Amino acid sequence: MFNILTIFIIIPLLMMLGLWLSRNVRQVRGVMVAGSSLLLAMSIFLVFDYIGLRKAGETAQMLYTSSISWYEPLDICLSFGVDGISVAMLLLSSIIVFTGTFASWRLQPMTKEYFLWYTLLSSGVYGFFISTDLFTMFMFYEVALIPMYLLIGVWGSGKKEYSAMKLTLMLMGGSALILIGILGAYYGAGATTMNVVELAELEIPVKMQNIFFPLLFVGFGILGALFPFHTWSPDGHASAPTAVSMLHAGVLMKLGGYGCFRIAMYLMPEGLQMWDEVFLVLTTISVVYGAFSAVVQTDLKYINAYSSVSHCGLVLFALLMMTRTSCTGGILQMLSHGLMTALFFALIGMIYGRTHTRDIRQMSGLMKVMPCLAVCYVIAGLANLGLPGFSGFIAEMTIFVGSFENVDVFHRVCTVIATCSIVITAVYILRTVGKFLYGEVNNPEYLKLTDATWDEKTAVFILIACVAALGLAPFWMSDLISHSVTPLLSNIIIR
Amino acid sequence: MGHTIWILLLPLISFILLGLGGNKMKPKATGVIGTASLAGVTILSYITAFSYFGAGRGIDGLFPTLMPYDFRWLPFMDNLSINIGILLDPISVMMLVVISTVSLMVHIYSMGYMKGEKGFQRYYAFLSLFTMSMLGLVVATNIFQMYVFWELVGVSSYLLIGFYYTKPAAIAASKKAFIVTRFADLGFLIGILIYGYFAGTFSFTPETSRLMSAGMMISLALGLMFVGGAGKSAMFPLHIWLPDAMEGPTPVSALIHAATMVVAGVYLVARMFPLFIGYAPDLLPWIAVVGAVTALYAAVVACVQSDIKRVLAFSTISQIGFMMVAMGVCTSADPHAGGLGYMASLFHLFTHAMFKALLFLGAGSIIHAVHSNEMSAMGGLRKYMPVTHITFLVACLAIAGIYPFSGFFSKDEILAACFAFHPAMGWVMTAIAGLTAFYMFRLYFGIFWGKENKELHQTHKPHESPLSMTLPLVVLAVITCVAGFIPFGEFISSNGASYHIHIDMKVAGISICVAVAAIAISTWMFARENQSVPDALANRFPGLHKAAYNRFYIDNAWLFVTKKVIFKCISTPIAWFDRNIIDGFFNLCGKVTSKVAAGIRFMQNSQIQQYCIWFLAGAVILTIILIF
Repeated sequence: MFNILTIFIIIPLLMMLGLWLSRNVRQVRGVMVAGSSLLLAMSIFLVFDYIGLRKAGETAQMLYTSSISWYEPLDICLSFGVDGISVAMLLLSSIIVFTGTFASWRLQPMTKEYFLWYTLLSSGVYGFFISTDLFTMFMFYEVALIPMYLLIGVWGSGKKEYSAMKLTLMLMGGSALILIGILGAYYGAGATTMNVVELAELEIPVKMQNIFFPLLFVGFGILGALFPFHTWSPDGHASAPTAVSMLHAGVLMKLGGYGCFRIAMYLMPEGLQMWDEVFLVLTTISVVYGAFSAVVQTDLKYINAYSSVSHCGLVLFALLMMTRTSCTGGILQMLSHGLMTALFFALIGMIYGRTHTRDIRQMSGLMKVMPCLAVCYVIAGLANLGLPGFSGFIAEMTIFVGSFENVDVFHRVCTVIATCSIVITAVYILRTVGKFLYGEVNNPEYLKLTDATWDEKTAVFILIACVAALGLAPFWMSDLISHSVTPLLSNIIIR
Repeated sequence: MGHTIWILLLPLISFILLGLGGNKMKPKATGVIGTASLAGVTILSYITAFSYFGAGRGIDGLFPTLMPYDFRWLPFMDNLSINIGILLDPISVMMLVVISTVSLMVHIYSMGYMKGEKGFQRYYAFLSLFTMSMLGLVVATNIFQMYVFWELVGVSSYLLIGFYYTKPAAIAASKKAFIVTRFADLGFLIGILIYGYFAGTFSFTPETSRLMSAGMMISLALGLMFVGGAGKSAMFPLHIWLPDAMEGPTPVSALIHAATMVVAGVYLVARMFPLFIGYAPDLLPWIAVVGAVTALYAAVVACVQSDIKRVLAFSTISQIGFMMVAMGVCTSADPHAGGLGYMASLFHLFTHAMFKALLFLGAGSIIHAVHSNEMSAMGGLRKYMPVTHITFLVACLAIAGIYPFSGFFSKDEILAACFAFHPAMGWVMTAIAGLTAFYMFRLYFGIFWGKENKELHQTHKPHESPLSMTLPLVVLAVITCVAGFIPFGEFISSNGASYHIHIDMKVAGISICVAVAAIAISTWMFARENQSVPDALANRFPGLHKAAYNRFYIDNAWLFVTKKVIFKCISTPIAWFDRNIIDGFFNLCGKVTSKVAAGIRFMQNSQIQQYCIWFLAGAVILTIILIF
């Protein structure tokens, strides 16, 4: 039986084959553009088809489901299926893979190898979002992590070997915890199935949940930049090449939040009850701490990496609030942060490619030299600090309103603390923008620099359009997500 | 009332058009597009106002509250969502008229003032964005829509203050304005969250039963919302951004930082007034106190500033303080028994918008002529700029509260409301009104009379501004002359019922006497060629003069908080902690692992004999364990 979802794995595989066969840069680009636009078209189609099916009255939790037994003794199946959350994530991934291709249009050297690893990474991401089987999810998760080491280690900048090693080791540490957690869930529920939806209906003993929930949550939380396991993020992002930063911060960090929600919280609600406040404290710290750290950074990528810590912290924060609105907000924040941070990293990469520095103290007046990139950076900054009309506002407001629905006093106090981040965000964004874009040009060399090329404009404009589209017409995305949050949440709360 | 949607759409379209394609157009074309769209908005606003007020009151004696549009924009829950729509009631219609009038004047004026500036199209794009956001704010159907547009006006203000983005002072000022108001908005947001949860809705008319059961929480929510309003309306001590905001182009100061955006806080209180009166009456006196302190502080500071835009900025702060006081002194919803302040406040908002825009545009005309903001570059300009001179004088008389200019009527109502609340409040506000007259005429004499800066004026002869700039001045001056006779109470009052304004002769007499006396002192001190009296005073009280000139060091206090406390004591240690302690721990883990690995490396030395020994030793040990 052919499942439409498998296209999301087949296309990247075909792309890799095409890349392997291609002989020059033009062919490589052709394969990448063809493949990634096909994926983008597919995911847009999937969104509309999914909404259509729901409108037609499909009530199943997962749609487009299929399952093939893969390894009988451990009940491992290749089972696929999506709900509104995964559909939204697939769309996000496709947009970022597509724009990332354009952002690394002129990448040198070893273009072919670079795109091979890049495509392998994206196939892991797609696989993770369409899987419903714990083992398959884990496998794709690993597929998405490993290429990162090479992509940063070979094509990166700065102290790239150190950063690549640190990032990979910390994330692998996380995946070790995840593996233990998955096995715990599997055996705890009686070793009959690996399917997430089926597992959720089975009882896992409370004692086991209390042990395995934190393992799973921390394991995924490391990828979601949970304090204090976030330190791979500044170094890793700073060293990574542009498109890898985009894909990593834009999509890969979302795997963390998605895993926390879909696996850790969904399967182990009692464990969540026990550990909720501990993790809530950690995520609240992430939100405020990341923002404060960003205030004093001087490297553009560090600023953005710490900003990501703060914003991804808000994702986990929202999920832990466990109301329907806050969880919807958390997913919206994943989308919004994914798009915005990809936009930021794309722009930073383009600016770095021209000025050869990312230190905001050394740059000034770039608005005069490269108006297009500078204006886009200001727009990205305003979107990041939650200006209405862009996605950030939608996500943050949904989170804050939803969090306030949680009547517990402790949760409310955390909400109030987390809202303070909107002020600190404004501080570091405006400080950065004021320092390196405004003012007079301080370095005569910069006067020779050119503005964005057509491929760069393509990448940036598409991302801005997406951020604005989500910000101007939030209702359909919000509806899509909140319907899918309900069944997950009913399992988390009722028991 | 279906056409009202175009009031929002026209400036939005103009913004998108100019924002995306502006730099491909001729500068003049962009100005025409912006101004034309605003003219359309103004016409529509006037049509709306005439048809709304013309339709008359309903059976209950009130003007109806219309909601021609209310679109569910962002759903949160079944009952809770952000709606975007248009609400028409007396105060929002009044605001539509005020904003579109002033904005149109500023658009026309800018054609002359900004001529030849780099970024002309950007300027008009931002003006359109601002106008759209401000109109969206006043027609908000619910508190969250208000917040949405509240943020948008904040950002357009940021963009316009920082219009000259190569000037360090402008960059700093724009940043300061945004961050200070954002800080206040945090209060607003938390207030909205509390309100939304306890009232179960974001609309302005929640169910009474829910509010009753919420008790103190509604007070808390309203108090926090007021913090947001205080930030936007530059109430002490959150006022620090407004004087710096004068770094923006002068027409922008007239529109945003004098007439419209800064009164958003007053509008917010007016919008939530039924809730304040009904559920948090204890908060209102505090609002009055905040307003009075602000009014007094700003009036004192305005007396010694030398930059004409700063004087006007502090005068704006002081006048908004008057409006807040008037809101705060209300004790009931009945205008005949303690609710007069509501009407007085909005009346003053209306008249102030006109004469303060006039003052700023006049100041722009002067700056245009002498290329400086400093009073020392001026003096004796009445010969060179007759139109600017007369219109400026009209505005000064209005703000000083001289009959029959508009400021007299609105200020009189405010003072009457203050006297009704408490005589002490009445006298304090009367004294501040006197100070207002004093510093405004100090400004007036300093610019148009006094000692002429002949040196400067010989090298560059001051000239009257072109028609595009003087026309708005004349229009606003005419409005300032006649606006006082509008029967404002017929349209707007605290409970919606018709209220007939009557001048309280005692209060009016006192206030006119005080104003005339203040003007007389001002004339005596500043109208002459030599400035012996003020200099002597400054030398007599050097400490006071210096403190007032430095705005009583409030800015320095804030600077200390941001630079020293937030940067040095919070952010830097956190960043250090992150890099050294947390990251250091993980690096340590890595180092320990590699050290341990190096330590046990000798075991893997690829000598088969050694492996055999290890194997045998292991076998022996296992055997021993198994046997015992």
